[in-house]
Amino acid sequence: MSLQVPSARALAIATVVALGAAFALVFFYAPNDADQGFIQKIFYVHVPIAICALIGFVLAAFHAVRHLRTGDAIHDVRSYVAIHMGVIFGTAALITGSIWARAAWGKWWVWEEPTLVSFLIVFLLYATYYPLRYAIADRERQARYASVFAVTAGVFVPLNFMAVRMAESLVHPRVFATADGGLPAEMLLTFLVALAGMALLFVTLMRFELAAKSTSSAISRLRRAVDNEAPIAPASRIAPVAPSEAGS
Amino acid sequence: MSAFRTILFKDLRVELRTLQSLPAMALFAVTTFVIFRFGLDRTDLEGSLAAGVLLVTILFAALLAINRLFVAERDEGGFDAIRLAPIDPAQLFLAKVVALFIYLLALEVIALPVFAVFFGTEAGALPSVLAVLALVNLGLAATGVLVSTIGANSRARDLLTPLVLLPLIVPLMIAAAGAADPLLAAGGPSLSDAGKWMASLALYDLVFLLVGYAVYEFLLED
Repeated sequence: MSLQVPSARALAIATVVALGAAFALVFFYAPNDADQGFIQKIFYVHVPIAICALIGFVLAAFHAVRHLRTGDAIHDVRSYVAIHMGVIFGTAALITGSIWARAAWGKWWVWEEPTLVSFLIVFLLYATYYPLRYAIADRERQARYASVFAVTAGVFVPLNFMAVRMAESLVHPRVFATADGGLPAEMLLTFLVALAGMALLFVTLMRFELAAKSTSSAISRLRRAVDNEAPIAPASRIAPVAPSEAGS
Repeated sequence: MSAFRTILFKDLRVELRTLQSLPAMALFAVTTFVIFRFGLDRTDLEGSLAAGVLLVTILFAALLAINRLFVAERDEGGFDAIRLAPIDPAQLFLAKVVALFIYLLALEVIALPVFAVFFGTEAGALPSVLAVLALVNLGLAATGVLVSTIGANSRARDLLTPLVLLPLIVPLMIAAAGAADPLLAAGGPSLSDAGKWMASLALYDLVFLLVGYAVYEFLLED
């Protein structure tokens, strides 16, 4: 427990350094794209965010499997936090993707871009995680059902990407599909630093939320303990106390 | 295997005696066709538009059955009885999948000819469309039983099931539309790309049957 605070701080510092370096590279080092010019630089924000969101969903499925196997509640909390961060990053990815689409193709939404469409569908599915989870009152059942959802949705993600990609005729110019192969070295370096920065941000936020979760559950545990002791005082004021009890 | 058969025949017998789901689904589907006729302002449909109207109608009619699938289990203590019985929970999953598959097939046997009559579809296209719909049914049944069990054990119940199910079956609908579109094309059915789409439908069915079979016991634990 005592180890968690400094390492979270170290993570936070590393995140700031990495993201700062990434933005410095984006603005001062990476060349402008020949076709799209300056706006293409949103690529260094949008793509890492989207990758982190998807990795978050995979991570959630992994922890959900572990939760179902072991029944240990900590894995359910991790799965929840991973999905929570994935949904937040997913929102950011959709917004940045939409901005990029507007700048590059003149429209806020482009159905011909299969990755963006797949991402929207995945996002819509994971957005139902919250109503599902909070519609179940019993704690253990809630955790189990949430894990079943996380596993099912984790399997769904690749299937969905495949189906959407099949539905597109791929006539749209896919300038960035070759992120690793066709990218100049400067762009690739900038992209990798940006990806590392976003991944660190994701991990740091997860760490902080996990710490917040464990703290709030510790507080409610303490509060319950206090409440269980507290009734003695008001009860003795209202109810007549038998002499023998009053003595003890 | 006997638990599977017992649950399946129980479900089919209940449906045959009470007729709670099927007539409602069929009526819903026919009315939805009428609404589409005016919503789209078209009297003849072909190609992707026909496929879309047919699939969306079947999907929403299916939601009626999926929502009601576990009403008896929930209200009459069927879930507890299954938990107490010395059987594999996956038997319940498989029995419900087959029952739902049969309901959906029965719905389509009624709705598909009505669709053809209403919107001028060639009769020759119907058997192949029904084959596509059979694969759709299997995927709908696998995901539907899974989500319906979650919904039945939650407070939100009727709200939660469609909410979670709809995004989950988007890939199924993509593949189904891809397969049905050329079959309902204007110049008579063509089989272009049908194999590719049928294969992805079958893949979806297989994956979610396996997932459901694997995780279903965790939904019944208590």
